[in-house]
Amino acid sequence: MATMSDIHINIASKFYPAIGRAGQHLAIADLTLTLKSNEFICLLGPSGCGKTTLLNIVAGLDNDYKGDIFAGQSHSLPKIGYIFQNPRLLPWRTVRENIDLVLGVQSSSAVVDGLLEVMQLTHFQHVYPERLSLGMSRRVAIIRAFAVDPDILLMDEPFVSLDAPTARQVRELLLALWNERPHNVLFVTHDLREAIALADRLIFLSAAPMSFISEIKVPIARAERHNESAIEAFRWQLLNDYPLIKTLL
Amino acid sequence: MLVFIAIWQALAAYFASHTLPTPAIVATVFWQSCVTGELPFHLGATLLRLVVSFSIAMLLGCALGIVLGRNKRLDAFFDNWLVIFLNVPALVTIILCYVWFGLIESAAILAVVLNKLPNVIVTIREGTRALDQDLLEMAKCYNLSKHDTLVHVIWPQLHPFVMGATRSGLALIWKIILVVELLGRSNGMGYQLHLFFQLFDVASILAYTIAFVAVIQLIELMILKPLDKKALQWRR
Repeated sequence: MATMSDIHINIASKFYPAIGRAGQHLAIADLTLTLKSNEFICLLGPSGCGKTTLLNIVAGLDNDYKGDIFAGQSHSLPKIGYIFQNPRLLPWRTVRENIDLVLGVQSSSAVVDGLLEVMQLTHFQHVYPERLSLGMSRRVAIIRAFAVDPDILLMDEPFVSLDAPTARQVRELLLALWNERPHNVLFVTHDLREAIALADRLIFLSAAPMSFISEIKVPIARAERHNESAIEAFRWQLLNDYPLIKTLL
Repeated sequence: MLVFIAIWQALAAYFASHTLPTPAIVATVFWQSCVTGELPFHLGATLLRLVVSFSIAMLLGCALGIVLGRNKRLDAFFDNWLVIFLNVPALVTIILCYVWFGLIESAAILAVVLNKLPNVIVTIREGTRALDQDLLEMAKCYNLSKHDTLVHVIWPQLHPFVMGATRSGLALIWKIILVVELLGRSNGMGYQLHLFFQLFDVASILAYTIAFVAVIQLIELMILKPLDKKALQWRR
C-alpha cells in the first residue's frame, strides 16, 4: 500500500534555451515544495506559467534544470504516477493490458481488479482504448497511475475538456480511490472550485518565471467535500480575501 | 481475370504468332514443366534466395532505421551514404559483387541485400521520426524497460512502415533476384528465363511468369494479410 515518504522538490532555476530570435526564457525560479504524509496539493496559476514544466521536471522527463528532487530520507528519485492532460494510453493494448504493462513483472491481478472495480471499469477491461469515451480513458489513466503505487501522483489538468457532469463524476471517483489509497498528489488545474473540492493545500503560482505567491490550506473536512455550497462559500471567501487570485485564473 | 484470358485468347488467335502463344499452350507448358519438376526446382531456388536475402535486409534495415531515426548525429553522418546507395543502379552492385567475390551464392545474396537495404532503412527511419513523443514520455516516466518500450510502444507504431517496406521490398527483390540469377547463377527463375529467351520460347516464359504471380498472391494472402489483420484489430 501507499508508501509514506516525503517528497522534496527544490528547483533553483529552469531555463528554456534561446530558439531563433526568442531569447533564453526563465521558466521557474526558486521554487521549493515539500509534500508530507500523503498530501493532496493543487497548483493554480495562469496558463503558460510553467505548471506542466514543473510536473515534467518532477516526473524526470526534463533533467535540464538546477535543483534537486528526492523522496524520503534516502534521497532516491521518487517513483512516479503521471496522469497527463491526454490519457496517453497505448491504442493497441486493451485497458487491462495498458495497466499490466506499467506494472511489469510485479503485476498483481488482485490489485488491478480492485482498481478497476473502484473506477467502475471492470466490464471494460478487455476493450481497446479507441472504443472508450474520453471520461473512461481518463479513468484508465488514473488507474494506471495508482497501480504502480507511486511516491507521488502527478496530474496535469486531467479533467480538462470533459463536460461538467462527466468531470464531476471522474473527480468523485478519483477522490474515492484516493481516500482508499492515499498518495502524495500534485494536481494542476485552472478551476478554483475543482481545486477546493480536491486539495488539502492550494498553491498559487505567478506567471513566468514561476514562483509561489501564496499557499492556503482548505479547511473543509473530507466528508464535506461533496457539499457544493461549502465549496462555493469557501471560494467566495478566498476571492474576497485575496483579490489577486482573480487575475491569476 | 476471365476477361483478361479472353482478350489474350482473342489477340493470340488474331496474330497466330509463335511469339504470342494461346492460353491453352501456356497452360500445357506450365503443366509439363511442373510434372518434370523443372519449374518447382528453379522456383524453389529463387524462393530460397528470396527468403534469405529478404530476411537479412529487413532485420538489418529495421535495426539501422530505428537507430538512425532516434539518433540525429548518426543520421546526419549516414544520410549522404544512404542517398548514394539508394541511387546506385542495381546492375552495378550485382556486377561488382560478382567481380569481387566470385560467381558464388553468397555474392548473389549480398547483391540483393545491398539493393534492398537502403529502402528499408529509409522507410523505417521515417517511421521512427514520426513516433509519438507523448507515448515515449509515458513509457519513460513509468520506467518501462528498454525491451518493453521497443516491443510495446515503438514497434506497434512502426508496423505500417514495416509492412510498407515488406511489400515494396518483395516487389523489388523479385526483380533484382532474377537479374542476379541471369548474370551469375546456374539455377533459379532468372537463369531459366535467360535460357528461354535464347531459345525464343515465349510459352515457357509466360508459364514461369504465371507461377511467379501465383506465388506472390499466395504470400500476400497467406502471410501479409493475416499479419495486417492481427496487428490492426485494435482499430475501430
